[in-house]
Amino acid sequence: MSEIIVSASDVMRTFMISAGVFRAKRPLHAVNGVTLDIRRGEVLAIVGESGCGKTTLAKLLLGLLPPSGGDIRLDGRPVMTIPRLEMAGLVQPIFQDPYSSLNPRKSVGAIITLPLVVQKDQDPSTWRRRAEEMMALVGLPPRLYNNFPNQLSGGQRQRVAIARALINRPEVVICDEPTSALDVSVQSQILNLLQDLRGELNLTYIIISHNLAVVEHMATRVAVMYLGRIVELAETDQLFKAPKHPYTMALLESVLTPDPSLGIPDTHLGAAYPNPVDPPSGCTFHPRCAQVMAHCSVQAPKRVPVEGGHVECHLFDANLGKEKAIA
Amino acid sequence: MENHILNVRNLTVDIPLPSGMLHAVQGLSFHVDRGETLAIVGESGCGKSLTSLAIMGLLPKKAIRTADLLELAGEDILNATESRMSDIRGSLMGMIFQEPMTSLNPAYTIGNQLIETMRRHRPVSVDEARDRAVFLLEKVGITAARSRLTQYPHQLSGGLRQRVMIAMTLMCGPDLIIADEPTTALDVTIQAQILLLLAELQKEFDMGLILITHDLGVVARVADRVAVMYAGQVVEEGSATQVFGRPTHPYTQGLLDCIPIPGKTERGKHLGSIPGIVPSLVGNLSGCRFADRCQHAMTDCSAADVGFRPASEVGHAYRCLLTPEQSAQNAAKLGAA
Repeated sequence: MSEIIVSASDVMRTFMISAGVFRAKRPLHAVNGVTLDIRRGEVLAIVGESGCGKTTLAKLLLGLLPPSGGDIRLDGRPVMTIPRLEMAGLVQPIFQDPYSSLNPRKSVGAIITLPLVVQKDQDPSTWRRRAEEMMALVGLPPRLYNNFPNQLSGGQRQRVAIARALINRPEVVICDEPTSALDVSVQSQILNLLQDLRGELNLTYIIISHNLAVVEHMATRVAVMYLGRIVELAETDQLFKAPKHPYTMALLESVLTPDPSLGIPDTHLGAAYPNPVDPPSGCTFHPRCAQVMAHCSVQAPKRVPVEGGHVECHLFDANLGKEKAIA
Repeated sequence: MENHILNVRNLTVDIPLPSGMLHAVQGLSFHVDRGETLAIVGESGCGKSLTSLAIMGLLPKKAIRTADLLELAGEDILNATESRMSDIRGSLMGMIFQEPMTSLNPAYTIGNQLIETMRRHRPVSVDEARDRAVFLLEKVGITAARSRLTQYPHQLSGGLRQRVMIAMTLMCGPDLIIADEPTTALDVTIQAQILLLLAELQKEFDMGLILITHDLGVVARVADRVAVMYAGQVVEEGSATQVFGRPTHPYTQGLLDCIPIPGKTERGKHLGSIPGIVPSLVGNLSGCRFADRCQHAMTDCSAADVGFRPASEVGHAYRCLLTPEQSAQNAAKLGAA
């Protein structure tokens, strides 16, 4: 039992994108060199705009996609060598939309016990009892055991999805936008539930979200992704109090807290999100960056270790940072 | 009074279902002034989208709409003919929907669609309409506007598409814009830009804006006045400062307690929650519709219909039996807990 449960080093995932019938396919680097250690019991949040590679990274960590380069280890073992079944017992996902992630033709009981069936669990006589225990744990009345998903509300469906993910007691749960399809009052119930379960079952969460308020509430560490790279990684407090990367700053500014005395923030992120097939040269963020310097468009920034994480920006590179900015 | 661009009194939408009558919207009264933003906020199924469809006359055929008054810029649109309504939509009243990809036609260039919108309503030449389209695309912050006209919706990003939609609603210079979840499908960084743009354009063209959303953060930052809807009724109405500063209805208080706020809610602590689910709106309803989920419910709550009553400040009203003082005490308890 080492402290690091998931370890990714320089992970890449490239998709070949067709540009037309007669044109050569072009590479899209969805995940482009991610190095990340996830500690046992922590809640790591991955934030970023759509298309930044959050979901691809989640699929890589789930072992659903093989990496094109680099190495992902789960408990010290390379993910791609772990048999699929064993992997499913260790890492489980919870998806965004509980309307499409549950089979409408299966009853709640069948959905929750399916992982036990798949894992060829030895003791079928206990399945129903275990499913009902799990339902009670996630706040579903056991009388819903024989109901179908269309008879449930959105919040109840998400609880079914959570129960299904947890019935085999996984080590790591990857929540991909767990509450964005839900109403505000239901969102808070699900977030509270995830918090409680984490303590009770000793889980490690990877939460993928674009809702920074949710991230601030749930996460212990935050990784900010931009065009396939983690541009800043820091403890949550550190990141929210003193963001380093200009992109993180812009993201934090765009959080709309319900305070009518404040206006609409101007994030100064003028240009639209770049086309990931054709990323900008140098630092990929430089066309949108408020603190851009001359060499940003030429040279890609290195990973600079800072307290509790890292940042990828020339501003923090001791050799290239401030002096050049003045010059 | 003349300033009201939209005046709605006692709007009700009923939908007959095999199991009975669904009272989707009940007794809705509000008005929007020029240059004013009214936000209608509520959770799914509260009737906020049906309200906007009812104003635009786009309800499904079987829905029954009644009202004492429905006036746009002094004109009665309750009894207007369908052909008059389709003249009004797009010219006097513009709409922006949540998902720009589904509201733009994928088979036509955006230039085509912008020009057609204007030519449908105004006697202008194609060239004049094209100039107006270029002018508005630049206004909504699209660079190289003239070359964009020949592009198809799929060639644009989500944020750009929503900008095109906004330009399209402005083509005929409407008096009122109804934006139904305009930024829900967009990234947070783009959301701020689109909201800022909407607010600027609204002031510049002196339009009324109805913003329909479930996002309390958006509402607080954008709205002048807020109407909180629950189960087909407005449960609280007032200025943004009043509704967010002194929420008086238990539902509003509960909603505000539900959302995590960076720097305010403590990490890992339980967020507030509203137990239970939204009641079914089918059949005869009486009493407060929130009573089942309300922690301050009394026996009187389910007895008779609960009326709208003024709160302690002018312009602030709510639908609850609790006095403003009692509500303030409850709010203080929530804050302390």
